[in-house]
Amino acid sequence: MHNKTITELAKGLREKEFSSVELTQAYLDRINKYQALNCFITVAEDHALEQAKRSDIQLASAGAGLLTGIPIAQKDIFCTQGIKTTCGSKMLDNFIAPYNATVIEKFNTAGAVTLGKLNMDEFAMGSSNETSFYGAVQNPWDTNTVPGGSSGGSAAAVAARLSPAVTGTDTGGSIRQPASLCGITGLKPTYGRVSRYGMIAFASSLDQGGPMARSAEDAAILMQTMAGFDTKDSTSVDREVPNYSAGLNNSLEGLKIGLPKEFFDEGLNSDIASAIEIAVNEYKKLGAEIKEVSLPNMKLAIPAYYVIASAECSANLSRYDGVRFGYRCGDPADLNDLYIRSRGEAFGAEVKRRILMGTYALSAGYYDAYYIKAQKVRRLISGDFSQALSEVDVLMGPVSPTTAFGIGEKTNDPIEMYLADIYTIAVNLAGLPAMSLPAGFANNKPVGLQVIGNYFTEDRLLNIAHQYQQVTGWHQQTPQGFE
Amino acid sequence: MSLTTDEIKKIAYLARLGIDESDIDAYANDLSNMLDLMTQMGKANTAGINPMAHPMDQMQRLRPDVATETNQRDHFQALAPQTEAGLYLVPKVLD
Repeated sequence: MHNKTITELAKGLREKEFSSVELTQAYLDRINKYQALNCFITVAEDHALEQAKRSDIQLASAGAGLLTGIPIAQKDIFCTQGIKTTCGSKMLDNFIAPYNATVIEKFNTAGAVTLGKLNMDEFAMGSSNETSFYGAVQNPWDTNTVPGGSSGGSAAAVAARLSPAVTGTDTGGSIRQPASLCGITGLKPTYGRVSRYGMIAFASSLDQGGPMARSAEDAAILMQTMAGFDTKDSTSVDREVPNYSAGLNNSLEGLKIGLPKEFFDEGLNSDIASAIEIAVNEYKKLGAEIKEVSLPNMKLAIPAYYVIASAECSANLSRYDGVRFGYRCGDPADLNDLYIRSRGEAFGAEVKRRILMGTYALSAGYYDAYYIKAQKVRRLISGDFSQALSEVDVLMGPVSPTTAFGIGEKTNDPIEMYLADIYTIAVNLAGLPAMSLPAGFANNKPVGLQVIGNYFTEDRLLNIAHQYQQVTGWHQQTPQGFE
Repeated sequence: MSLTTDEIKKIAYLARLGIDESDIDAYANDLSNMLDLMTQMGKANTAGINPMAHPMDQMQRLRPDVATETNQRDHFQALAPQTEAGLYLVPKVLD
């Protein structure tokens, strides 16, 4: 069952080939069998089986949707009523949210079954899942390597077939980079397309939730449920949601693809460059025209991003004070001691680094030089994309300069880890939608192709991804031992 | 640009963030490297450019001034480390 697509699973449920309870149990068994990957922080077994039972009743009557009875799993950044939500941090190790995130509410309404909560970098700060309080996640393609991050548990779970599809969030590449490193399909939607209500905030002007699945076809089904205006999120955009599955089979004849020359400079591993080239050639065969474009300010994306993300994180994480929820230190001497030790004892090193950086960048005398300057650079970068996307329909390039690296290999040098985000973070600064698609292997490790579109063109991106997946089989590859 | 250990202590205090004495040098080093990276922004000519806070330059929405939230005080207080008589408890602030 675990190799079926969501559409096939939905058909199986309707034709009574298996029940949602049986399907859910099959995935719970796999999750249990592959515990060593450490994909899950919380497996919600009882909750899942209860939801599955209800879905089976719904399936027997009218009104069941495509996701009714389909097991999925949620990144542990989405608040779930009654199931622990940790955000990968000791700070929230005891936190059971009193409400559901809008995304969770939507999946519940659609009848989906929540298998559990997925491991992630602490507060989504990391590119390897190694900053999680709950430990590193293994990449199923090579268990000595990282799955990427921050949605590392999400990507590894889909690659290992522990869930048909999952949610992730992307602040600087946290859906696309793990999708790339684990050989799955991930979509980071336009900023404002998916509600951030109940999605624990890291950098509020950049964070965006999205689907991660084995194929574009499955991602489209999740996206249909996730997208939409939400009055509870003040940055949500009020705009009609298209049918994401309707245009999947549209022809790509005449599609104009731009290759930003900055994506193919000396920093890119040559095996990855070849894989991307082969993928682009596949699009030529599908009728696309290729053109070189330029994003001249792209190199500035890393410094601008790490100012903005750190500044916003330092503000957002000030809520964790040991008073109203989360971790509290023992025997505080006074109020300051309560704040300082609760935060000091419960945040990990990477989170502390970013809070310190953000606090510095926002402090009196430095605000203009760092934060305002970074926001101006952000507009320049956004302008580069507008220019490039006025010449072509989509941009293509690599997701990550390397394939999955060894667990522990980069943990001593945070800057080196940041530099690996070079191809993904500019997209967040601009707020554009982008996907990562499996596009082959380099040294037996998956390579992801990035496809970047204009605002609110998720339907077109999914179509472009789906057409590629009709003529290639990379997305159907399964890591050895997880067939 | 490099930050001194005193500067790190000051920033950590501003953020009410406890850091171990033995880690201060490492944070000073990491933050100094981050600041070096950030000085690259100086190369960009941003004269006359408006800072960008929201990708679509969307403004905050307004809504009618009507209470829509239900009272969930008990729910919220159940999560708190220490409460009493409906209040959140913290160490004594005034003697």
